[in-house]
Amino acid sequence: MKNIQFNRYYKLFTLISSGMSIISILLLIFKGLNFGIDFKGGTLIELRAIDKQINISSLRSSFSKMNLGDVAIKNFGEDYDFLIKFEKKGPEKDLIQNIKKNLNASIGSGYEIRRVENVGPKVSAELLKGGLIAIAVSLGAMLFYIWIRFEWQFSIGAILALFHDVLITMGIFSLIGLEVNLSIVAAILTIVGYSMNDTVVIFDRVRENLKKHIDLKIFELTNLSINETLSRTIITSVTTLLALLSIFLFGGEILKGFSFAMILGVILGTYSSIFIANPILVNLKVNYKTIVKEED
Amino acid sequence: MLYFSKLRIFTILIASLFFLFFTLSNFTKLDDSFFNKKINLGLDLQGGSYLLLEIDNKPVITKELQNKITFLKTYFKDKNINIFNLKIYNQNSIRFETDETNVELIKDIFVDKEESVNPFYEKYKSHQFDLENQNNIFTITLSKYGIIELKNSSLDQAIEIVRRRIDEVGTNEPNILKRGNDRILVELPGLDDPMRIKNLLGKTANLTFRFVSKSTEAEFGTDLMEFEDGSESPVYINKRIILSGENLLDAQPRVDSQTNETVVTFSLDRVGAKRFGKATISGVGKRFAIILDDKIISAPVIQEAIVDGSGQITGGFTFQSATDLALLLRSGALPAPMNIIEERTVGPGLGKDSIKAGVLALIIGFSLVIAFMIFKYKIFGLIANTALIFNLFFLVGILTLFEATLTLPGIAGIILTVGMAVDANVLIFERIKEEKAHEKNQLIAFDSGYTKSRTAILDANITTFIAAIILFFLGSGPIKGFSITLGVGILTTLFSVYFIARLLTSLYIVRNKDREIKI
Repeated sequence: MKNIQFNRYYKLFTLISSGMSIISILLLIFKGLNFGIDFKGGTLIELRAIDKQINISSLRSSFSKMNLGDVAIKNFGEDYDFLIKFEKKGPEKDLIQNIKKNLNASIGSGYEIRRVENVGPKVSAELLKGGLIAIAVSLGAMLFYIWIRFEWQFSIGAILALFHDVLITMGIFSLIGLEVNLSIVAAILTIVGYSMNDTVVIFDRVRENLKKHIDLKIFELTNLSINETLSRTIITSVTTLLALLSIFLFGGEILKGFSFAMILGVILGTYSSIFIANPILVNLKVNYKTIVKEED
Repeated sequence: MLYFSKLRIFTILIASLFFLFFTLSNFTKLDDSFFNKKINLGLDLQGGSYLLLEIDNKPVITKELQNKITFLKTYFKDKNINIFNLKIYNQNSIRFETDETNVELIKDIFVDKEESVNPFYEKYKSHQFDLENQNNIFTITLSKYGIIELKNSSLDQAIEIVRRRIDEVGTNEPNILKRGNDRILVELPGLDDPMRIKNLLGKTANLTFRFVSKSTEAEFGTDLMEFEDGSESPVYINKRIILSGENLLDAQPRVDSQTNETVVTFSLDRVGAKRFGKATISGVGKRFAIILDDKIISAPVIQEAIVDGSGQITGGFTFQSATDLALLLRSGALPAPMNIIEERTVGPGLGKDSIKAGVLALIIGFSLVIAFMIFKYKIFGLIANTALIFNLFFLVGILTLFEATLTLPGIAGIILTVGMAVDANVLIFERIKEEKAHEKNQLIAFDSGYTKSRTAILDANITTFIAAIILFFLGSGPIKGFSITLGVGILTTLFSVYFIARLLTSLYIVRNKDREIKI
């Protein structure tokens, strides 16, 4: 077993995390999230150029003539793959047909439309609502689970760690301007599960140690528990990250945002189990009596 | 924890073979339908089109209110109850007035569960209309359930028409489902250009035959209508309908042998033929219009009476547009217009690339995890890896057995399962290490390692499982696929850890009980 003095850094990391959380909140309020068409509505076209002459500027000039409003065009993974997004104004049944016609006239037919997504304003509003509900329900469910499993001090620690992970992940998404779509909601829910899992394993040990070492102060006790479970924490994070990295690097462009969010979440989840959840137990002065009272 | 009876080992073996079989069934062809199961590929992997249609029910409600007004008029006339000033009021209500003396009587009629005036829905415990009155003025408003009932029945009709239209086009295994009470979900695997289907589904296909009015000004009982092809300027059309699409028996595209023009021929049912005959006998020389969804397709002059109940529609069609019009006429009109409110189409090329990328990521992720476990735990790493391989077979086997749909996020869920599945074994191995530090008897140390790690393992997996369940119920489309693989992955992980890995561990330590076992 290693013996690292994690508890010496409790204050420092609490400070850093509070700072990052505040920055994340400010970012979310003032910069906001870059919602994809799932949540904002609009049209997305993935286009592969077969003709090598086709590039972003030629696409931009031909799309700008089509009167589609604000058109965003960017490379998508490969040099010859492009993602075109715009907010379509009204329902237009032959939108794609018209776009094809216009493209054929301006850049020729040396391209292939690989994907089209079109989400109406009503549906996007519902998807956003559904996503928020899913996240809220999952946080609620975790709160409930931890409430029946542990004492309230532990619940607060675990839930704050959870909020911390979700908040900072979203903050980073806002900072870099990464697109938030349905798969990011799935990633957040999985992060919630993972972060909880990681925290609970350490808490389980804290509770066991509270009974074993009655005279040990919680400050020392959390440190002991973290160290005892440390190799598990690291190994599991490593294998999960290995799996996620291979999705990120080899799983294709569509899964990039999802796997990136998950990677952030796993790193944050591992960190917060140690440096958020445990200091809270210390601050709430958890001791032997905390758990014995419950069991009487 | 470490003892396994022979029966148990046998059961584990059988279960493993069972799921192994279903995993392999994806790669073989068997005749038997029970054993030849395959995982369905989601639209994002096999390519195809997903359309969400929403019915605009306003016209349905208006029509229902109009019918109600007609009904109320005759009903109260028959009962000799005087009501007047019947009209549609706001969107969902009808208002009428009566004499002071009839107020109570009318109230009674509207709350009577047996009366046909205001039907009572037993399943909702609600009437179709809510009744309000101020002195002698009555307002009846469609109740919440009255609207639901109306929407449901229009949805039922619409889904039937949608199915007919899609079947006529002949795509592979379309999937047509109700969503809520005003939406229809259409999944069309393998279709990379849903253009034609979108066009077909976007039309209400309300066909009417009406006379063209002689006047050139707005007049009572006429509507100003445009020509579909814009070949003529708009004309006034009589409101009275001679014939509607309901009277059609069949419609087919044809090439007229005399004019070489593409036309749509139709035949009418008996009622239609009679009416059309009557109208054409009296209307020779007059112009009548064939109207589809409020646009005039053509407006020929009646040359002679048509009494055999068949005819043809000209309108400058191409063969394709004639085929589609005939198809629309054959499959019938939608009860209300529909809008496509969500569309997701993936071409087959992208789908194939996604499968390739997903499988590559799985192989690499799997190899990395396996290599790491062997590096970290040597022989026990091998045991954990064996469990992991079985875990994959179980997972894919179960997905196959239930013919679940695998999406790209679903593949991500499998890869994530690979990464997280070793956690349980890691928890156990680490605990065994700790136990061994203060327990001389290694058998006991192994046993208590398993026992003491159990709560942590359960906790860890339950939390992720909760997240998966919530995603399953609240997520949509491909995300559902992710939640399925993640959730099933947790179950198979627990099975593989507690049965496969534990069995192997037990066999290994019993065989080597006389020497120091390193973990």
